[in-house]
Amino acid sequence: MNYILLMTSNKAGVNSYRQWPKADVEKHFAFLHRLNQDLTESGEFIASEALAGPEQARIVTAGKDGMPITDGVFPESKEFLLGYWIIDVESQERAYEIAARLSAGPAPGGSATAMPIEVRQIMTRKAGDL
Amino acid sequence: MSEALTTELDEHSQHLLRDLAPQVLGIVARRYRDFAAAEDAVQEALIAAALQWPQTGVPENPRGWLIRVASRRMLDAIRSEIARREREQEVALDALRQDATDVDPDDTLTLFFLCCHPSLTPASAIALTLRAVGGLTTAQIAHAFLVPEATMAQRISRAKAAIKTAGSRFHMPEGREQSERLAAVLHILYLIFNEGYVASAGESAQRIELSQEAIRLTRSLHALMPENPEVEGLLALMVLTHARREARTGPGGELIPLDRQDRTLWKQPEIAEGAALLQKAISRGAVGAYQLQAAIAALHDEAQRAEDTDWPQILALYELMKRISDNPMVALNHAIAAAMVYGLTKGLELLRALDADERIARHHRLDAARAHLLEMAGDYKAAIAHYHMAATRTTSLPEQQYLQTQAARLCERL
Repeated sequence: MNYILLMTSNKAGVNSYRQWPKADVEKHFAFLHRLNQDLTESGEFIASEALAGPEQARIVTAGKDGMPITDGVFPESKEFLLGYWIIDVESQERAYEIAARLSAGPAPGGSATAMPIEVRQIMTRKAGDL
Repeated sequence: MSEALTTELDEHSQHLLRDLAPQVLGIVARRYRDFAAAEDAVQEALIAAALQWPQTGVPENPRGWLIRVASRRMLDAIRSEIARREREQEVALDALRQDATDVDPDDTLTLFFLCCHPSLTPASAIALTLRAVGGLTTAQIAHAFLVPEATMAQRISRAKAAIKTAGSRFHMPEGREQSERLAAVLHILYLIFNEGYVASAGESAQRIELSQEAIRLTRSLHALMPENPEVEGLLALMVLTHARREARTGPGGELIPLDRQDRTLWKQPEIAEGAALLQKAISRGAVGAYQLQAAIAALHDEAQRAEDTDWPQILALYELMKRISDNPMVALNHAIAAAMVYGLTKGLELLRALDADERIARHHRLDAARAHLLEMAGDYKAAIAHYHMAATRTTSLPEQQYLQTQAARLCERL
């Protein structure tokens, strides 16, 4: 079963990560690197990407002529997507376990970031006879 | 690597390589008593063949060629080993001096059992079976399962390590262990078949026809165990189901249910072959789950029109299946068959009983079945609600699109 784990944060969170001391940032990146390595070794890794900062995000709609109209990003937005993982696991419980490990990543002072991780199953193209 | 296998070699040579791979691996693994090393050596030999044969042509004795090249690789590995362990030198060199072309069919069978080892997860067993018995490269298997090659390589090496840890030597399990392991082998082949049984739209050309590969592997297992009724039953089931592949989906990849499929697209020679296999399997006595499923598939296949379907027979077969397995999906299909024979009220009543079964109560198929029966009964409003419920519960994209389309179609009739 394939799942996507979405790591989100609010604006205050995004700003506070940018003020982490270098050693803590490095520790956090090492943690993420280790996680991806472990998932590859267990045969569960499919893809993972970090996204550029929300300041660069734009909301795009098509104008009447079909040309793009860009807007935002909106300061009232509550949640920003920071990055995602796509995994292939045997069960939903295992997906939750990996999400919990992500959420337990190190923050300054030795505590966990406790970042919320949204877990969604990816729809497969598989189907039996109806 | 996979490029070479898929683009340079003609189809005939590709098939030849895949057929020979398990035989060669069986011989090399038995001779040197090291499955993991033999597996690597044979993969290298296959790659060498894929690179050289397009230039030099297929050798006169392709199996002997592959065994020689794999043995040479083994020798290289063993040589570095004997630098440290001189004592083993004589044994290894003795083995290498033998003429390496004799094939013991049990070797291939042993490979099947080894790859479907109980210590492996289904995902690992599938990967290992496709590589060791099917002769596919890691890249091909990764493409087929839409995962990165590095991930698949790790799955395979973990699978090999797990077999090693479990202490499996290269030998054939016996007695009760053999029949338990055979059930696992059949289950893995069934999973590979189902994995390939997908909507055709949007699939990359790189994706290996997994259903076809599963049929090929089951055929070779059947050749090794021609008397086994469950192997024969599974092969019959696959062939009978595969015969409908072109009618199962529309041009946009949307699912077409059995009763609306264009039956002229069903492959009659394959249906005949499957039916003949099934006849032979049933005549052997012991009747198992795969044979019963195959018998149901045959009854669907043999109906000229949907309304000609022999539902009383299908109902009887589902009743037999219910007796040998406590599977709620069987009970669900049984209810549908009962609706066709005894009427919709009876079918809906049987479905209601499944609401109490936790294993299926929130499964989209229960909602979908109810929606179909309600639609046939003319209760469109209730049918729409159940189609919608089923659509939110499925994680299959074609199935969700199918269910939403059904709901939308009925909305127009209200």
